[in-house]
Amino acid sequence: MNDMLRLIEPVIPALRRYARALVRNRATADDLVQDCLERAVSHWGQRREGDPRPWLFTILHNLALSQFRRSARRGKHIAIDEANEDDFGQDAVQEQKLMYQDVLDKLARLPDDQRAVLLLVAVEDLSYADAARVLDIPIGTVMSRLSRAREKLQQEIEGPAGGAPKNVVQLRSMK
Amino acid sequence: MIHRPITEDDLHAYVDGVLEPEREAEVAAHLEGHPDVARRVAAFSDQRDLLRKALAPIADEPLPPQLNLSGMIETRRRRPSPIWWAVAALLMLSIGGLGGWVMRGNLQGSPGGLAALAQEAAYSYSVYAPDRVRPVEMRASDSAQLVQWVSNRLKQPVTLPDLTGSGYRLMGGRLIATSHGPAAMFMYDDDRGSRLVVLTRPMISEQNAPMAPHSGGDVSGFAWADGGMGYSLVGQAAAESLKPIANEVRRQARTT
Repeated sequence: MNDMLRLIEPVIPALRRYARALVRNRATADDLVQDCLERAVSHWGQRREGDPRPWLFTILHNLALSQFRRSARRGKHIAIDEANEDDFGQDAVQEQKLMYQDVLDKLARLPDDQRAVLLLVAVEDLSYADAARVLDIPIGTVMSRLSRAREKLQQEIEGPAGGAPKNVVQLRSMK
Repeated sequence: MIHRPITEDDLHAYVDGVLEPEREAEVAAHLEGHPDVARRVAAFSDQRDLLRKALAPIADEPLPPQLNLSGMIETRRRRPSPIWWAVAALLMLSIGGLGGWVMRGNLQGSPGGLAALAQEAAYSYSVYAPDRVRPVEMRASDSAQLVQWVSNRLKQPVTLPDLTGSGYRLMGGRLIATSHGPAAMFMYDDDRGSRLVVLTRPMISEQNAPMAPHSGGDVSGFAWADGGMGYSLVGQAAAESLKPIANEVRRQARTT
């Protein structure tokens, strides 16, 4: 019981971050995390020994997938949260926030499977092997999706419409 | 010295900082000799930093109450396991006839009447109102579907009382199993978080009965029946403050 609390609780902020980056709506994301935690609590005996993070992310990812399927079937549009609810006193902070918002918008334009890999690896620090487990794909697929996600996001960032830094040279991908 | 060729995978692992130190040094050396590859790797690193910084604030937010893990564990611990439910169901089957008789002895009034309804509402309150995780199955935001669902199951049009005039907001509701068939439960709360439950189901007996107070444990309430539907409102507030709310529920059910 205490184990459960001790091992799951520290992961909740990361689960929220992953869910929010996937579905881009605070309420929907937190509902997913709540479902995930309830499942984790009721299926605690079924996890593998060791770090519970991959297991928790697996539960969350599968819930998010069924959520995507449901909303695709209903053709339901999930509202994207307003960018900033906070007040910013300083222009510099504001500018930085806009830059962050911009990269998140571009991230959202990646295909779902590429976005998931990039988030798990680059943001949530899962190993390539753990990301493969969470997504139930071979590790080679993790690597190729990661590569495509980074290329595509970079093109978006450097693209003419993106308001990207002008001094970045357009790069060819490596053979 | 013979180097293994640097692959695309190595570059990504370099960006993610997961290479063995030796291999990392080899990649770094390779990048020095290939400025265009180095620029690309640097861009990926910047991208990684930017993503992490952009998403970091989410993880720093205070957790919303719905994600209270201790609460979930506690709820889970209190809830009997499915095996227990199976055992209980078997027991009920084997002593069903006797059970009905004992219940009749304990409760005043006819079986399925107001006293039974009041008891069901009090049970529902004591089970669901303290639940901080999922007190209701369908939330207020889905109230139209909730009403449709319970009306279908009760085979009666169910009115959803609006208690905002009394300072209580609808939280949502669920279907409840009673020994007299399904009942609809609606839950409300006020600004201080105190909760009310309204239970309604078709009445087998006492299809019309005047409003009567009932109490038990630390909850009290009022029950009545109108045109075949029974209602009970229960809460922890004082009976005199619940009475006008019960009147309001009755008035709304009569006028719709």
